Parts: sequence; structure tokens; C-alpha cells
Amino acid sequence: MRLIDRREQFNIDSDEALRSDAELVARWLVAFLRDECIRKRKMSRAIVGLSGGVDSAVTTYLCARAFGPENTFVFRMPYKISSPASLDHAKLVVDDLGVIDRIIEITDMVDGYVLSAEKDAGETRIGNVCARCRMTILFDQSHKHGGLPIGTGNKTERLFGYFTWHADDAPPINPLGDLFKSQVYQLADYLGVPKEIIDKAPTADLIKNQTDEGDWGITIDKADRILVRLIDGWPSEKLVEMGFPTEDVENVRRKVGGTHWKRKLPTVAMLSDTAIGEYYLRPVDY
Amino acid sequence: MGVMGSHPGTNYTMAVTFRAAAVQIAPSKARYAENLDRVAEAALKAQQAGADLVVFPEACTTGYFLEGGVGDVAVPADRLAADLAARLGRIEIDLVVGFYEIDDGNIYNAAAHIEFSGAGAKVLNVHRKFFLPTYGVFDEERFVSRGREVTAYDTRFGRFSMLICEDVWHSVTPMIAALKGATVIIAIAASPARGFSASVPTNVDTYHRLLRATAEEHGVFVINSMLVGFEGGKGFIGGSVVVNPLGEVIEEGPVGEEFMMIADIDMDLIDIARKKSPLLADLVSALEDVTREIDDVNEALCD
Repeated sequence: MRLIDRREQFNIDSDEALRSDAELVARWLVAFLRDECIRKRKMSRAIVGLSGGVDSAVTTYLCARAFGPENTFVFRMPYKISSPASLDHAKLVVDDLGVIDRIIEITDMVDGYVLSAEKDAGETRIGNVCARCRMTILFDQSHKHGGLPIGTGNKTERLFGYFTWHADDAPPINPLGDLFKSQVYQLADYLGVPKEIIDKAPTADLIKNQTDEGDWGITIDKADRILVRLIDGWPSEKLVEMGFPTEDVENVRRKVGGTHWKRKLPTVAMLSDTAIGEYYLRPVDY
Repeated sequence: MGVMGSHPGTNYTMAVTFRAAAVQIAPSKARYAENLDRVAEAALKAQQAGADLVVFPEACTTGYFLEGGVGDVAVPADRLAADLAARLGRIEIDLVVGFYEIDDGNIYNAAAHIEFSGAGAKVLNVHRKFFLPTYGVFDEERFVSRGREVTAYDTRFGRFSMLICEDVWHSVTPMIAALKGATVIIAIAASPARGFSASVPTNVDTYHRLLRATAEEHGVFVINSMLVGFEGGKGFIGGSVVVNPLGEVIEEGPVGEEFMMIADIDMDLIDIARKKSPLLADLVSALEDVTREIDDVNEALCD
């Protein structure tokens, strides 16, 4: 009699649980964008902050399909320490799609505050100021062009809380928020996002030489293979038993567990039985 | 819009008993009057295509995810019938419409079968959703009450039952419908897409599997209508099917799009299917033992 050992069968390097049909996903997300923006909000223009990274590139490709390149307004918003390569990579997307492109430098805007009032601010604080300045610009451009700001955050960074609160997460519409980062790459391949963007190390580019994987202490592939199971209810101990390194599982679990607040609206003190969101419950599209 | 004229499995010309339309519709959230206009418009279009019965999805008069807003838009079945009659005029057609019903202060996720004729609108039956999903993305039991029975009722086409969404995920509900004599099961649903690893969302395949199994096990027609459109980022799947009593899909709607499909229903197939596979008769034969087994389980659970 042959004994089947589950641990022998399971391959922690397999991406099977994360595989998606990119064609279906793209079609679904384009329908989502059209429905949420055009049908529900009567807005047929998209406003996207194009960083040069894969998330905003994929979002721009989806918007170009959903609204047409002539209705897709992208903004490249470099700060003085931003990588020049980011600007160049974003331009590849602009040239490929023919979307409407504008560069707005944010150095004066950020430094207007930092240099005049907070000279001692460290790079993390300045990075957060940059992220919030960019979102201020996108919302103002939304008003100017009558378009909706489109979010670009993926599920991995949302679960890790790896974003600036009330900045990256601020747009009312987000097509990528339920896709793990590795699934965003699958979609990028399908949509024809330039290879330079797909192949480079992902970075928030808020701090010099910053990379996502460096900040996380785990590769995207490894993180996603743990995350996809962890948030589906698999206990940490089970994942370790299956072969995932204890330190990786703990790292991922800690990041998710410490950032629930970041995925919620602000906590409001409840004083009545008509408290909004507690008793008075209406869906976002009501 | 497709019209089936022959049976795909046996390739013979069908004797049409009645013509059914199943509509995939994307309602506007909480806009009852506007959605009823669209239901009526689709019903008239279906009638022009020769349909005798038109089936609309779960919650098509308001949208599905309403939370506490369900109390703002729920209506009595008679009011729904009257509002539709006012839009349809004097036509002869049957509609099955998914809506939020209010009755005696209780709110239900319901389906109404309404017969329209020169004499006006008559509510033949109302089914109140028996199984309310209250997990994950679903929160129904917080906002609506649960239906307490599965009924079968007579129509001018034969004996029908209606089921809603999770009602067909349990084998027991279609089983009761079949035991009560239903030969046509109307299954309406609002199912948000989950699982994108294949060419259609995973729950499209799940629904098709469940509906085919229901039809084949009991030798009944299943006419299914699925909601489409997005509500708060959740996109409903569509992919409605009409399944014959042999368990074969005779018409299928597209995934994620508004659509009306038309299928000719030949009720002679019920006898043919049941002679070939008399599972329902076997169930009736064993019903006393089945009932005793269920009673035993129930007793054990209540101890």
C-alpha cells in the first residue's frame, strides 16, 4: 500500500492558486470601468496617475479600452528624487496607447511645505507628502476634465497596508484591488504592457533605490502564494506544515494583521441607533 | 437572441407547448419605477417574438445589494402586478419577476408569477427565498426574512415551482418542488462573479452544473434567468440557461451582458425523460424511508 503524503505532493513554488484567465479578467474589468463610470456616474473620462510601474500601466491600458485613449488622461508627477526611468517607462505607455499625457512636477508643491515648515522631515514622511500631493492633483484634474480618478492599488499591497493612507487608496474606483500583484503581471502580459515595465523591480519610488520586495522582506511570488491561502482561511500552522517557511508566513501574517484599519473608513464614535455604517446601512451605489 | 427549433441531442423537430423567454437585465439601483419600465419593455419585446412566458432575474426591480435600503423599495406582490399591468396594457402573457416583497411588515426576497390577460393581472404564486445566503459577500438574513415553504402551482402551461439563487444550490429544494408535482422549475438568481481562472467565472459553471443536475434528476424543465450589471464593484454573471428534462442545455445566454433568450418548451419531453430515467418515481417509492431518515436526523440535531 502506498502512503500519500500531502506534503510531498504540494509544491510551494507552484502559482496554480494564482493563475487567472487574463482575457476574461480584462473583459470583466473594462465592463466594470464602463458600468461604474459611464452608466452610474455619467462620467466617460478617466484620470490616472501614471508612475511608470506595472499597476498604473495596466490601469491605463484598461482605461484606454474602456473609455478610449482620447478620454484617458494620464499624469506623470515626478518629485526631484524620482527615478528618471519611471518617467521614461510611463512615456512608453503613453506612446503605445496614445492617451492624453501631461507632466506636472510636484517638487515645488512638496517642498513648499517641507522646506518652509518641516525641514527635518525624513524620507518616509516626504514620500507620504508626495503621495498625497499627487492625489490632490488627480482630484483637481478630475474636476477640470470631468473625469473620474481611477485607483491603481493591487490586492497584495492593500493587504500589506503598503500604501499611503488617503492617497493611493483615495480614488472612488479601483479595477485592480482584488488582483494579487502576480495576477497584475499576468494581466500586464496579456494587455501588452511594455516589457521594460514588466521586467523591472516594482517600486513605490517614494524613496531613492526603494523596491517593494526590499521593503516587504519577501518576494512578490512568495508573498502571494501565502496570501492567497491565508486570507482564504488556511491557518498559519497549516501553511508551515505544507512547506512554506515559518518566517515568511509570520511576516505575511503580521503585515496583514497589523493593517486592517488601513482598509477601513475612519472609526466613528457611535452614539445612536442610527449611526452611519452601523445601523444606517446603504450600499455605495444606492 | 436565439430561438431553438430542434432538440440538440436527438435532432427531431419539437412540438412546442409554449415559448419561454429568459431575460438578463442590469437594473438601476433602487429605481423601482425605472426598472419596471425596462421589465415591461422587455416583456413586450418578448411577446412580439412569440413568447408566452418571460422570466426575469432575482431582484430585477431594484438591484440585489440594498442593505437597509431594502425597506425603501419592497412592495406587495399585488402592487407589483398592478404596476406592471399599467405598463403592459391588455396583453396575454405570463411573467416571473424577482423583487423584494413586503407583506405584513416582513420583507422577503421573492419571485412572483403573474398572469396577464384581458381580465387584468393575476398573481398566480409568490415564492419567498427559502435559503438566504448570509456569508462572505452575502448578508441577506440580516435584511430580509426567510421563506418557509416550497410550493408548486398550476399555470396554463403546466405545474410550476419557483426557486431563487441558493435555493438551487441545495438539492432538497428542487426535490420538494418535483415531489409536489412541478414539471417546470423557474430558477432565478443574482450571482456576483467569483473565480477568474477559466474562460468564464467559476460560478457560471457551478450554476450550469446545478441546474442540469436538477433537471436531469427530477425530469423537469429548468428555466433560469440571471441578473447582470455591476453593483458596488460586484459584477453579476448572467449566463442563464434553459435545460430540458434530459439535463441538456437547450439555450444559453452570454456571460455579463444584458440579453433575452427564447426557448421553445416541449412538455412531451418530461414523459420521455422520466420513462428513461425514473429517478423521481424511485424517490416517491422510497419517500417514507427518506422522510424517516430525515426525521431521525432532525431528532438527533434537536437533542
